[in-house]
Amino acid sequence: MKNGVGVAQNIVLFGGTSEIGQAILKRVVKPGVANLVLVSRDIEAAAEVSQSLMYEYPDLEVHHVRYDASDAESIVHVVNEVVDAVGDIDVAVLAQGLLNEGHDYYADPVGVVSMASVNFTGKMVLMYSLAARMRSQGYGKIVLLSSVAGERVRKGNPAYGATKAGIDGFALALDHELEGTGASVLVVRPGFVTTKMTAGMSKAPFSTDADSVAKIVEKGISSNSKVVWAPGILQWMFLILKNLPIAIWRRLPL
Amino acid sequence: MQRLSGWGRTAWTVADVITTNDPQSIREAVYGANDRGVIARGLGRSYGAAAQNAGGRVIEMANESDPLGIDADLDPVSGMLSVGAGVSLDSILRMCVPRGWFVPVTPGTRFVTVGGAIASDVHGKNHHLDGSFGQHVRSMTLLLANGDIVELSPESNPAWFWATVGGMGLTGIILRATIAMLPIESSRVRVETERLANFDAVCEAMSSDGSDDDYRYSVCWVDLLATGSSMGRGVLTRGDHASANEVDSDEPCAYDPRLTVSAPGWVPNGLLNKFSIKVFNEAWFRKAPSKRHVGLESIPAFFHPLDGVNKWNRLYGNQGFIQYQFIVPLDRTDVLRQVIETFSAAGVGSFLAVLKRMGPQNDAPMSFPTEGWTLTLDIAAGIKGLAELLAKVDSMVLDAGGRHYLAKDSHVSPSAVRRGYARLDEWMNTQHEMDPNGVWRSDLARRLGLVEPRRS
Repeated sequence: MKNGVGVAQNIVLFGGTSEIGQAILKRVVKPGVANLVLVSRDIEAAAEVSQSLMYEYPDLEVHHVRYDASDAESIVHVVNEVVDAVGDIDVAVLAQGLLNEGHDYYADPVGVVSMASVNFTGKMVLMYSLAARMRSQGYGKIVLLSSVAGERVRKGNPAYGATKAGIDGFALALDHELEGTGASVLVVRPGFVTTKMTAGMSKAPFSTDADSVAKIVEKGISSNSKVVWAPGILQWMFLILKNLPIAIWRRLPL
Repeated sequence: MQRLSGWGRTAWTVADVITTNDPQSIREAVYGANDRGVIARGLGRSYGAAAQNAGGRVIEMANESDPLGIDADLDPVSGMLSVGAGVSLDSILRMCVPRGWFVPVTPGTRFVTVGGAIASDVHGKNHHLDGSFGQHVRSMTLLLANGDIVELSPESNPAWFWATVGGMGLTGIILRATIAMLPIESSRVRVETERLANFDAVCEAMSSDGSDDDYRYSVCWVDLLATGSSMGRGVLTRGDHASANEVDSDEPCAYDPRLTVSAPGWVPNGLLNKFSIKVFNEAWFRKAPSKRHVGLESIPAFFHPLDGVNKWNRLYGNQGFIQYQFIVPLDRTDVLRQVIETFSAAGVGSFLAVLKRMGPQNDAPMSFPTEGWTLTLDIAAGIKGLAELLAKVDSMVLDAGGRHYLAKDSHVSPSAVRRGYARLDEWMNTQHEMDPNGVWRSDLARRLGLVEPRRS
């Protein structure tokens, strides 16, 4: 659980090499965090990430768990492995994601299956296993990195937007279901974030960076928000965008 | 399932709460608990997570509306009080003060149960002379994890008795205790109040050669926001129970504590900030007489001033607050000063900072008080950078050979307990002997590693 000054004891990052995930860790790892688990496909790359945190917090124990985000079958075992390593999971940040920008799904329609299993089905399996554990702990917070793309799916990468829309809706309803159990979900909806994943892509309006997202996430966790947007103004923008008639929506230079 | 937090209203978790103080029902509740274990809860006055158990079971023992009356029996000759663990000091005072008996030790609130007072080994303004609560317990009845009920006293089973005193509820559930009460002639306290211009004056007045040992009760309120030459200024109050002839009344022991006002149900976060606290501190300091003043005060006014405001813990808003209490050896007033300066420099005001010189340590391995200075302050939990600031202060305290009070704790790391409590291993061994299967569990125990981790 968290302590009296809002610091969680055990934090797990799924997608241990994600840039936004790392930025969140820099914000939420503070004196008082006992264990940090980095769950990733590439343990060596994740270990590099944890170096500076271990240096800054000598009492912090860092654990690494390898997993394949698209292998839904193995995810339950991964959660068990994390529990074996640290006991309670107080905060789980879900930062793994597949963008596949520019991939030609018209030529490779089956490609959407692997994207859906990383971004959608695998994440549902993960969130159910985490929620089950957190419910039995009487405390726990899942932080899901969703996207504004999930709020109204647009052309360009419809498969990606659809998986985000799916998991976003699932997360909100799961949080509703968990009410009163001590477990909860925070849905994070960033706009365009300049990271290595989006390098080379043309920036959308109101773009932001990983640390700004992290700052908003930190605040969202401590204030027990259900949904946060990064930057915050997107919440109001999308209130309008979401409800625009299709004819106008399609003409927007987005 | 119910959401619980400590008095500081931070770090809520959910547990299965059962309210009972019937030994048979408690035993069944313990047998029926899941692998997250059980902890007893009294009136929830511990500031942090001592009486909550995320995902497990919590047995609420406080029973203030028992139709059969107070579960307590006072021997009018010896002053021995046999009392149920769920009974509050408030009920005990209502029953015993009119008969000329006072609790041997009272913390700053009378709304604590006897069980909680023993488990936290609470102390009061008389610690420098009379020690802590556990030293006045003659015997207690304890329910063990295996369902056995045992009688413990300092003579019959000192190891288990003293492991339970200050043991944070992790050795068993206290069902009853016998307490040696203090005879009094009146319900009034003769109080000397004086203003002290700076921190040096405070330390001097409270040291043993400053005549502090002539007073049964002594405590000093300190202004943490005063800077420069008045840094650490304070108001010292000392006193003892007044004799019958000092009180001009036919009923010198009449006792009528009243809750005067309630805090509003909703208070914005940040109402108590460094500006409002500065104004309050200035007024509080000015209110105290500039010359030493002697007067009679009631028991609630002297011992439990905050109890006058029902649910005063809401004044910090829904962000809650933490209470920071530590102790350092007598010769380390330099560390006290350093801590006060650190908080002051960070602009962290405390609306209640109190300093007290404590007497020698008792036989309980996990009892907090030991010969030295203890400083207690309230801090709003939402302050930015608080975790880092407290980590810095924690190190100052531990490096000076000091430690933190677990009943107040909300944030320290397991290493802080290991460094601060030299007899931790000995206590953990006894705890393990009393609870080999790890039934007693609390959020505090989990965070601090007081009990061996158990896999679900």
